[in-house]
Amino acid sequence: MPFPILSSLVAVPIAGALLLLFIRDDEAHAPLIRLVALVVSVLVFAGTLLLWSLFSPGSAEFQFQERYAWIPSFGISYAVGVDGISLLLLVLTGFLTPLSLLASWHSVHRKTRAFCLLVLLLEAAMMGVFISLDLFLFYVFWDAMLIPMYFLIGIWGYDRRIYAALKFLLYTMAGSVLMLLAILGLAYLHSTATGRYSFDLQQLHQIGIPASLQFWFFLAFTLAFAIKVPLFPFHTWLPDAHVQAPTAGSVILAGVLLKMGTYGLVRFAFPLFPLAASFFAPYLATLAVIGIIYGALVAMVQPDMKKLVAYSSVSHLGFVVLGIAAMNQQGVEGAVYQMLNHGVSTGGLFLIVGMLSERRHTRLIAEFGGIKKVAPHLVAAFLIITLSSIGLPGLNGFVGEFLILLGAFRADPRFAAFAVTGVILSATYMLWMFQRVNYGPITRQENAAMIDLTPREWAVIAPVVAMTVVMGVLPNLFLRPIGPSVERLLGRLDRAVPTRIQAGAPAPPPQAPRAVRTAAEGSAR
Amino acid sequence: MLILIPLLPLAGFLVNASFGRRVSKPLAGGVACAAMVASFVVSAIAVAQLLSLPPEGRALAQAVFTWIASGDFSVAFALRLDPLSSVMILVVTGVGSLIHIYSTAYMHEEPDAEFARYFSYLNLFAAFMLVLVLAANFLVMFIGWEGVGLCSYLLIGFWYEKPSASDAGKKAFIVNRIGDFAFILGMLMIVVRFGSLDFQEVAQAAAGLTPEASFGTLSLITLLLFVGATGKSAQIPLYVWLPDAMEGPTPVSALIHAATMVTAGVYMIGRNAVLFSHAPETLLIVAVVGVATALVAGSIGLVQNDIKRVLAYSTVSQLGYMFLAMGVGAFGAGIFHLYTHAFFKALLFLGSGAVIHALAGEQDLRRMGGLRKDLPITYWTFLVGALAIAGVPGLAGFFSKDEILFRTFASGHTLLWAIGLLTSLMTAIYMFRLVFLAFHGERRVVAAPAPAHLEEEAAAHAADGAGGAAHRGIAPGTLAPGALAPGAPAPHAPHHLHDAPPAMAIALIALAIGSVAAGYVGLPAALGGSDALGRYLAPSFTVAGAAEDAAIEGADAEAHGAGLEVGLMAVSTAGALAGIAVAAFLFLRRREAARALAGRFPGLHRLLLNKYYVDQVYDAAIVQPIRILSEDGLWRAVDVRGIDGAVNGVGEVVRGSSEALRRLQTGSVRAYAAAVFFGAVAILGYYLWT
Repeated sequence: MPFPILSSLVAVPIAGALLLLFIRDDEAHAPLIRLVALVVSVLVFAGTLLLWSLFSPGSAEFQFQERYAWIPSFGISYAVGVDGISLLLLVLTGFLTPLSLLASWHSVHRKTRAFCLLVLLLEAAMMGVFISLDLFLFYVFWDAMLIPMYFLIGIWGYDRRIYAALKFLLYTMAGSVLMLLAILGLAYLHSTATGRYSFDLQQLHQIGIPASLQFWFFLAFTLAFAIKVPLFPFHTWLPDAHVQAPTAGSVILAGVLLKMGTYGLVRFAFPLFPLAASFFAPYLATLAVIGIIYGALVAMVQPDMKKLVAYSSVSHLGFVVLGIAAMNQQGVEGAVYQMLNHGVSTGGLFLIVGMLSERRHTRLIAEFGGIKKVAPHLVAAFLIITLSSIGLPGLNGFVGEFLILLGAFRADPRFAAFAVTGVILSATYMLWMFQRVNYGPITRQENAAMIDLTPREWAVIAPVVAMTVVMGVLPNLFLRPIGPSVERLLGRLDRAVPTRIQAGAPAPPPQAPRAVRTAAEGSAR
Repeated sequence: MLILIPLLPLAGFLVNASFGRRVSKPLAGGVACAAMVASFVVSAIAVAQLLSLPPEGRALAQAVFTWIASGDFSVAFALRLDPLSSVMILVVTGVGSLIHIYSTAYMHEEPDAEFARYFSYLNLFAAFMLVLVLAANFLVMFIGWEGVGLCSYLLIGFWYEKPSASDAGKKAFIVNRIGDFAFILGMLMIVVRFGSLDFQEVAQAAAGLTPEASFGTLSLITLLLFVGATGKSAQIPLYVWLPDAMEGPTPVSALIHAATMVTAGVYMIGRNAVLFSHAPETLLIVAVVGVATALVAGSIGLVQNDIKRVLAYSTVSQLGYMFLAMGVGAFGAGIFHLYTHAFFKALLFLGSGAVIHALAGEQDLRRMGGLRKDLPITYWTFLVGALAIAGVPGLAGFFSKDEILFRTFASGHTLLWAIGLLTSLMTAIYMFRLVFLAFHGERRVVAAPAPAHLEEEAAAHAADGAGGAAHRGIAPGTLAPGALAPGAPAPHAPHHLHDAPPAMAIALIALAIGSVAAGYVGLPAALGGSDALGRYLAPSFTVAGAAEDAAIEGADAEAHGAGLEVGLMAVSTAGALAGIAVAAFLFLRRREAARALAGRFPGLHRLLLNKYYVDQVYDAAIVQPIRILSEDGLWRAVDVRGIDGAVNGVGEVVRGSSEALRRLQTGSVRAYAAAVFFGAVAILGYYLWT
């Protein structure tokens, strides 16, 4: 039997969490606890990198599959596997977890052991969500993820943490209950078709689901995912959760948890219910475009940095959903890429905001000003991540946004036309915040004494900055494994809906080359 | 080899960005200048190589790597050098090198770390600008396009502690982004329509189409691209950022906001000449917007009192000329003017920088005068620049401007030609108003009680954030000891003023030579030349095998004959000389006449002084409504009260009903027994009833 690399991504953090239980939970052992947790999370990251290096990028199939019967009478199995869509989300999770632990090095000083333990358990659950090929297993991980995050917000958060944690939990649960019903319905449907229950994604792909049922199942799944994304108008839990969460919570929440929603759309809702997906895609795209503009406008007027970044996530995730709803290669590939980008750049923004608020114990923009004078390196990192977030070409955000816009334009130019306004608005709200925080004279005495990046903070932020550049200059490194899996997904959609209308994309003119190729094609790929 | 051209300044940027805080000024400045000069040398070698090729096949290409590939969409990071881009790289690296050298003296008062930061940005700008002009496809051009915008943002806001500077930087970036909105849509349409973003492939495909008789897809594509150009090249309606951009250090204004970046929009149209040629509707819009911008900006420039703002409006106006040329299909003439303008406008800005430097930050023309004697190098070089831009025969601006006016006339747009001529008259007036106010007459150093209308002018200035000139333009660290407490009589009057130090003088003299000589590469046939530049550039505006386009442009001009061309030249020369004469009369001989003129038309004067109130209109019509909508409408009403209110409402209802249901759980056996009894009765009653 080959080494179960996927299971180890779940098992290692759990083992690390258990290991922490053997260390005494007191002040003296806190550094050791942090160190153990960090080492474990770095190991997991190394594991994800190893996985990426072993992954064969040309294949669209699920790789490294493991399958064990779990509750055979109900057809529930422990089935895991990874394809190009989930691969890099695993790497992203592995990348952000050590950074968020490192970012909390000093800011978390009570119940350190519980904190580290919960972060590791959260990591295990997130990994589990991305590798599950069995819907029941997926659901278990999906809900398991809520518990550590609930405690992270509720215990280590800011003053309104209880309200925020509860709101986060109830909102998400409300959606997932319906999804659970749909999952059970699917298993039942499988039993009526084949005589036995199954929750296995690949087996469920084989049965034909009647259009009317697809309709309801799709809505149930999509509601759960839309809340998680969060898609307008299901987003109001997000600003509260972000503002109240500790830095590590915000980073993981924005960086990984939100992606669960869009990942769920790509992995489950769209391929399982292609007819319904085609029907609802324009509505999803409409909500996505509203979210892009709405999130940006509301972000613009926020006095609180964390709230601003939270609303900007609503806007950015709107782009991701728009790409998925475009249902073509560039749209979906761009969407998957944008999930990674958003994890890096918004994760980075929360790290920066965390550093600033750790120094000043406030997140209000008006409390800052002139920071560039006292902390030039911190502000330089802030600037690069800001630029990545507003999609400057050469940095990561642009690649995803452009592919999504291209996909959306091919699906329906109107969506693209409205979505592109996000380009103007994002520059407005981000640069306005950046200016108010970093430029101008120092008006407050507390800011004059602010220190620049410490070595630990360098270690936190340098990898993020490096990733924004690498992903902007060499996107093909990341797009290569994503492509084939997206192609397969679209193939499923096409087969199910043979007459899928490519609205707005006119037949190519006879004299134009059919395939888009520039002169230098092929030198790198 | 092509990749080296942008890579060298990029390396300079990386060195100064990483180690600049720890090295001395000569080293930081030396690295930056060396990177630029090296880039210039490589550019020159590449252009020499290009010239050795036969005229038809003059192109060097380099595909560095595949940048983005997704499905049937693939874009390479590819560079291409052809006659058009070769002119641009020489301008960017050549003028760029001079401005780098000039900056080592101009920025010398800055602390070490700031000095290195300045040069790192300047190098980064050059790298992006070179990517922009060398790009072989739209998307790579867009890297440069946005990158230069970023550097412009950083350099306008270089003195970030000054709120007006960081405001101006942000304004520049956001206004540019409005243009980019259209530019991105244009690119998307091109992908869908032509299946490629490669300039060559798009041009090939477009060449096979017939020019659109009415407003169609090509017109829409080109119009969107042009809107992008109005942002970058400061045309109506998006020109408002450029005058504010003067908050940056003056060499930056010379390099970015006069010679190179702001011409990117013109270059982009030239790059896509074939595409634009097939959309005559758009071309007409380009020409009209160009000439309107030239007129509006020129008229504002007539009354501004900040030396750099006069030059800024002059730049906007000259860019309008270039767009006029593009719009009437005279692509070669537009690029010719772009190229000559780079020399004389950089020269004028650097000259104004030398003035500001000598006066320790003073930018207000009303407090200058008589500088001719103290600053001879600055004066004479500045005069050359002013003569060149005014269009005095024999200097660079004359040839290129006349070429544009001639082509406009020859293409049948007589009205556009007339407005262009009027603008060239204005150009001469505002330029020589500046020369006479700054360099001639007597020093006006005292911030004395001003005549009533002068105070009004000052108020108008303060209203738009320009502020009193005394504290503007130069960072606190650069002020000469004891200089300039606002309001106090300026103490530098008794001092002997220092003319440009060597590093600055070299740049001024070199550019002055360029401002004289640069025009002769495009000497028109009518004056015995051969229009070498025009013929060199021509292949860039057509696709191979479709040479008839070039022939048409030539034939067009030929048909009207050399006599017409010379005649028009005489007219515009007369205009230029008349303008200088008017300026001399109003600002040299009889200044009170100028004041009387302003007093005669107070409304018009105020309108011009306040720049037609465009900023105020934008603020009231766009900025404030969006802000109020977002804050009070979307956030507080929709988000907090509406959506979240509904969510919390659901929570309240659940809790309320649970509260009510909880009352039933009394634990009292008698109450339960009563409930069972009544329930039983009710059920029984129901069955008995039915």
